[in-house]
Amino acid sequence: MQPILRVAGLTKSFIVHAHGDLALPVLKDVALAVSPGECLALVGPSGAGKSTLLRSLYGNYRADKGSIRVRHGEGWTELVGAEPRTVLDIRRRTIGFVSQFLRVIPRVATLDVVAEPLIGLGASQQEARDRAEFLLALLNVPQRLWALPPATFSGGEQQRVNIARSLIVDYPILLLDEPTASLDAGNRDRVIEMIAERRNAGSAIVGIFHDIGVRDLLANRVHEVVPGGVA
Amino acid sequence: MSPLLSARGITRYFGDRIACRDVDFDLWPGEVLGVVGESGSGKTTLLNCLAGRLAPDAGAVTYDSMAYGPVEVHALSEARRRLLSRTEWGFVSQDPREGLRMGVSAGANIGERLMAVGARHYGDIRHTALDWLERVEIARDRLDDRPSAYSGGMRQRLQIARNLVSSPRLVFMDEPTGGLDVSVQARILDLLRGLVNTLHLSAVLVTHDLGVARLLTHRLMVMQGGAVVEHGLTDQVLDDPRHAYTQMLVASILPV
Repeated sequence: MQPILRVAGLTKSFIVHAHGDLALPVLKDVALAVSPGECLALVGPSGAGKSTLLRSLYGNYRADKGSIRVRHGEGWTELVGAEPRTVLDIRRRTIGFVSQFLRVIPRVATLDVVAEPLIGLGASQQEARDRAEFLLALLNVPQRLWALPPATFSGGEQQRVNIARSLIVDYPILLLDEPTASLDAGNRDRVIEMIAERRNAGSAIVGIFHDIGVRDLLANRVHEVVPGGVA
Repeated sequence: MSPLLSARGITRYFGDRIACRDVDFDLWPGEVLGVVGESGSGKTTLLNCLAGRLAPDAGAVTYDSMAYGPVEVHALSEARRRLLSRTEWGFVSQDPREGLRMGVSAGANIGERLMAVGARHYGDIRHTALDWLERVEIARDRLDDRPSAYSGGMRQRLQIARNLVSSPRLVFMDEPTGGLDVSVQARILDLLRGLVNTLHLSAVLVTHDLGVARLLTHRLMVMQGGAVVEHGLTDQVLDDPRHAYTQMLVASILPV
């Protein structure tokens, strides 16, 4: 199978101006490729730059140099240095991201938080809400919570809302940052099942999974991230 | 597709003091561009230049008008620019007293905009006005009250209704939640966010509040001393700030 995501020479450092322009090199010349149906686990010690790499793949962090090419629609699109509207279009249609924490939007009901990405793709309100209800039920988020904004939910509930929001669109590429970190065993198994289903259906997945059991169940390959990019 | 609004080299002085220097950008249809920076960074001056309210000393603003095609905003006659701003644009001021007519009823405030785009049927205008009051969460029985009898938050919501009722293609917003209680602020943000998503508005939003920018904008320009020091996708600028000034702004947010 041909890759759907190709990374080459990816280099990223942070410059902290408040501390005498201190340079913190994080990624150096990272290369990887992921194909549909594959799940690549990023591994390495805490602080090695796994999250930085994952966020760079989403266009959230800006690479210093290198290339992140994504199969987007009919052709390939370069994410490094892309125009904001190009990045947004890639996020709308091609790449989904499950972060560790939900960014809560004041006053917006859980059901609408989950439904939003599908509406952004042109689905009707009804269609998107039906799908959101289905996912929330599958993830054991109690129905009495659906009309409430998730601000007051527990960590595990918020994470499941977040997962539902990211899985409501069938993204060809999924980026996962510790998708099961604050879940109990039952919910963790359900989430693993749902992600495996996406992988088997042909999504390309890149993820950070600290739980080795989760990693073994989902990943086909690992990519080692080296601290400071120095091998 | 072409940009809805293009700014090139926008520069404006007040006396010898430079308020806004050499600002360039393109705003594409459906985009919300945030302009952030501290007081005095030139944000509002830029907004006023873009909206044709203030003439720049140098530079050009091009708007792709529905009625006339691409026009250079500052080369238009005053009458034409006023017509454009009533029919294709909205402008939400920080102070609703500037954007509303305080001496006439809420219904008339909304209806006036509809009449500017050709509505003539009294019953229809009243019906649409009532519908918009509901959308901005103002009780229907307040339709005939003057905004002077409204609270600050209600006035701001009325100003938003007045500006959006005629389905403008481009909305300029100057600190739309400035000076309001946080609960009222959340309500207005929620309202704006919903309207931006459902009406596919294009907008330029000036704010000093990075939380507001995160919630409402797709792209950000960070201004310092009249110049744009950084621009990019909103989450890139806020999560991976590069310029020393942006890093300082982001680091200054108080966690709750």
